[in-house]
Amino acid sequence: MTLLSIQNLSLSIHAFDVLHDVSFSIAAGEIVAVTGESGSGKSMTALGVMQLLPQGARTTGRIMLGETDLTTLSEPALCALRGNDMGMVFQEPMTALNPVKTIGDQVAETIRIHENTPKPEALRRAAQTLERVGLPQSQFPLSRFPHELSGGQRQRVVIAMAIALRPRLLIADEPTTALDVTTQAQILKLLGKLAREDGMGLLMITHDLAVVADMADRIIVMRHGRLVEQGKTHDLLRNMQHPYTRQLFAASAHTVTLPQTAQGTPLLEVSGVSRDYRTPRKTLLGKPGTFRAVDNVTFTLNRGERLGLVGESGCGKSTLTRAILGLEQVQQGTITLGREPVFTGARPNLAVRRRMQVVFQDPYGSFNPRHRVARQVTEPFHLLDSPPTGAARQKAVDEALTAVGLTPADAQKYIHEFSGGQRQRIAIARALIIRPELIVFDEAVSALDVSVRAQILDLLADLCGAYDLSYLFISHDLSVVRTITDRVLVMQRGKIVEQGATEQVFADPQHDYTRTLINAAPVLPDLHGV
Amino acid sequence: MGWTGAWHAPRLVSMLRYTLKRLLSLVLSLAVASLVIFTVIEVAPGDPASFMLGINAQPETLAALRAELGLDVSKFERYISWVTGMLSGDFGTSYTYRTPVSDMVAQRLWVSLPLALYALTLSTLIAFPAGIYAASRRGSAGDTAVMGATQLGVAIPNFWFAMMLVLLFAIKLRWFSAGGFAGWDEGFLAAMRSLTLPAIALALPQAAILARVMRSALLDVLGEDFMRTARAKGLSARQALWRHGLRNAMIPVLTIIGLQFSFLLAGGIIIEQVFYLPGLGRLIFQSISARDLIVVESVTMLLVFAVIFVNFCVDLAYAAVDPRLRART
Amino acid sequence: MIRNLILGGLLSALFITAALVSFFWTPFEYTALNIPARLQAPNMTHLLGTDHFGRDILSLIMVGARTSIAVALVAVGIGMCLGIPLGLWAAARRGSVVDEVIMRGNDLVFAFPSLVIAILITAVFGAGAVNAIIAIGIFNIPVFARITRGAALSLWERDFILAARVAGKSATRISVEHILPNVTNLLIVQCTIQFSLGILAEAALSYVGLGAQPPTPSWGRMLADAQTMVSLAPHMALMPGFAIILTVLGLNLMGDGLRDYLDPRLRVRRT
Repeated sequence: MTLLSIQNLSLSIHAFDVLHDVSFSIAAGEIVAVTGESGSGKSMTALGVMQLLPQGARTTGRIMLGETDLTTLSEPALCALRGNDMGMVFQEPMTALNPVKTIGDQVAETIRIHENTPKPEALRRAAQTLERVGLPQSQFPLSRFPHELSGGQRQRVVIAMAIALRPRLLIADEPTTALDVTTQAQILKLLGKLAREDGMGLLMITHDLAVVADMADRIIVMRHGRLVEQGKTHDLLRNMQHPYTRQLFAASAHTVTLPQTAQGTPLLEVSGVSRDYRTPRKTLLGKPGTFRAVDNVTFTLNRGERLGLVGESGCGKSTLTRAILGLEQVQQGTITLGREPVFTGARPNLAVRRRMQVVFQDPYGSFNPRHRVARQVTEPFHLLDSPPTGAARQKAVDEALTAVGLTPADAQKYIHEFSGGQRQRIAIARALIIRPELIVFDEAVSALDVSVRAQILDLLADLCGAYDLSYLFISHDLSVVRTITDRVLVMQRGKIVEQGATEQVFADPQHDYTRTLINAAPVLPDLHGV
Repeated sequence: MGWTGAWHAPRLVSMLRYTLKRLLSLVLSLAVASLVIFTVIEVAPGDPASFMLGINAQPETLAALRAELGLDVSKFERYISWVTGMLSGDFGTSYTYRTPVSDMVAQRLWVSLPLALYALTLSTLIAFPAGIYAASRRGSAGDTAVMGATQLGVAIPNFWFAMMLVLLFAIKLRWFSAGGFAGWDEGFLAAMRSLTLPAIALALPQAAILARVMRSALLDVLGEDFMRTARAKGLSARQALWRHGLRNAMIPVLTIIGLQFSFLLAGGIIIEQVFYLPGLGRLIFQSISARDLIVVESVTMLLVFAVIFVNFCVDLAYAAVDPRLRART
Repeated sequence: MIRNLILGGLLSALFITAALVSFFWTPFEYTALNIPARLQAPNMTHLLGTDHFGRDILSLIMVGARTSIAVALVAVGIGMCLGIPLGLWAAARRGSVVDEVIMRGNDLVFAFPSLVIAILITAVFGAGAVNAIIAIGIFNIPVFARITRGAALSLWERDFILAARVAGKSATRISVEHILPNVTNLLIVQCTIQFSLGILAEAALSYVGLGAQPPTPSWGRMLADAQTMVSLAPHMALMPGFAIILTVLGLNLMGDGLRDYLDPRLRVRRT
């Protein structure tokens, strides 16, 4: 029996077309994944099923849940279905819960909206549901508030709220995108288990093709609001019909070959570095505590080497990055670049800083919205004793922009005229312009779409050859690190637990944590005929 | 079963710790404020005695006043005796009226304080429904009407509005008297009657501000992710607004209510002039003309205390509403 | 919301123009007493009527506009010149002693409503327009400091500030080059709000006699004079009242319109 059948769904928001003629169906107990890049309309499809579209949305077509057409129902009728027959889990667990209500109240609310259950009974059932999603009462009493839980735990609460009444259909919109690799694996496993146990249909929206290949019974590929291809996972992966599908999977599995370099002398030497933070006091008169974010870290990066740093959130990699850049002082140990310390006394050593630069993660936040590109790209000139002016400056800007695949004309534009991928190119231009010896890439491709990411990785490989780059590449994405680095460091809770040649570490991990990480990360199967 | 309610031991401890911290802040603010007031009143004029008596004062009267004011001791000692005096309820003796300041203030307070509270109640009663209505029907004709009315409301000077009210309701319609205070001895209703027009005049512009704040706080909250989650659970838009939106919107609204009280006290002082009410306002202005610094000093301290205290209460209310604040200390 | 901007701009411009024109010309000499013509309702000669001394109300309002606008303007100026740097400084040194001191200082000044500050100042230094400016201006300082600090704090978290730090720029330089241009929109809007609040505050202070002293005309003073005659000659109270309302309304509408016009999200959609 078809649980959900979307027939010729078209959607426009304020006269802007978002979806064109989308049709697919989900059977009871089936896991269907809708995938695509940003702007493909996949989230809108999910919101459309729940009929939670933003104001100004106009739809045509039918959305059949069982025998009922959801597009024809009145709002009260829809309210009766939401949470009861269909549930939804959203992307951002950190903001999905009401901060001033306890988790017990919020899960019990789902029950009390649809059934005339007295509060104590509803709370008892809420406790049961929370146990099902892996939050036992012994550790997570119902009186907990959301801010006392981690991202993964909050997502479990959201899932509990969605499945409390055992709906027939569960929609999950990028449920693990904001989570760590290991947490992601757990949440995905949980979703799969719940779907099988309750015979629920699961509509999973995700951009991560590896997740899709792992979990879904059927795959639907969308692009620019249109359905491009669909089919059983097994069949589709072996035999992709549409060129876009092939392109998407190719980009996802994209590898680059880094040019060979002569391994040179040590460039960056980090030895015995520890960084502590003060934590607020626990008792009224007690001493404030300390939290060790980086614990006795030692490694060396040689000239011409591309070193990766892998770890999950909270492992200390951002702290380590800031220490390496000389933005923060460390309590123990030394960091030197070419034998000169990054910090002298209490001030950062700017003569050393000019030999290293950084590319950040967020293409939207790393530029001042009010400055033109030329001004942004030449920000590092402040580090030089005599920055170039006039024609020399212009030449430097033009060279930097051309090197990253843009044009000199782009220098006069404002940053909002560029896409995410283009902005990261500008960020790379900014990092290159003073010809540093070391570049730190801090999750530089994590916020990009798959196809754009592939292009940026290609760019990096080219630049390696042209500029003889040494870099430190920090990422939580193992597949990217695997292709873009020679050696890799694995970080957990402030310590480096393993280091070695990238291929070696991935093929034969020594440390337990490395093994957990590698196992948790979903992999795209080796695809024939691609 | 784990659920024992929101107030078990760790919660109480964090609330207690938060309260203590706020109390400390209160005491500190009061101390600094008193220092500022003291400096302006007693140090700035140079010699308070000659300031109060004027240029043509006789040397003997000057000396007598200086002795009475205790000006022969150091400034520091004067400050300490003033503060300790206040803490024990002694606010000094008015030079012009020769009566203890505390008595005069207490009398006047019975007019000014009820007026401020009356106005605060009216303001909240008008503003909350208006703001909620406008936010829940955003973009509609009703919303535009509320926004238009509030836009006008914030532009109206409260004392001018008071004059207009007197013109209409007291002079033309004769529903209320044009001024004066019936006194609490005449009965609660009679006293409240004489405070009604002043309270309305005070309340309306503040209600306009509060309604806007309520609306914008609600609109902000309505855009939050957890509202979408609430809808996904099956709550209608209205239910989601009441059960999830309001409580979160209260946080910024509480700040404004706290600020409002101080504006209402200050505004009340001005309104009293329109209605000839025997409140703190008249006392202050008469004292300023009479150069009675002692009264001015004590009344200012009182007003500042009221503001600081109300803010302290608002801070406590925050922590009751928002559990994240309790945890942060 | 361009409509708001234009309407508000026109209203504000009307009164600013009236104030400026009054330096060169008013329909009647505003100090001229003309007892036989006293308490006239609006008519063809005296467009807004005359007061209890026979003075032309329209002229008084034009000159009074000078007082209100001047006081409010300088008070906003004080607030901005002192408040914005304090706010930027506090945000640049967030969490440190400087930040704590500035925040506490803000809270302290907030505990003194402008009226109370005015009372303190006038009790010791006497009443007058200058003291009114100081009283209102002092209260404006923490308003601008708090808003600037709040906006600056969220900007400090952004990566482009980190990029500037990596480029070796000092906190002061970053505050001026990067933070300030990005908070300007917010501050412009707040400026119009504080300006309109300043006009209301000045009127209240003049009404109770703590503002500009006679013979300098001010709208608040006109209302105080009108009070005893409000049943005889309501126009004496209505006219200055309308002047205040329209000026404040104009400024607030302009502020609302500016806020929408300068909204970066709307700006992106336009390009």
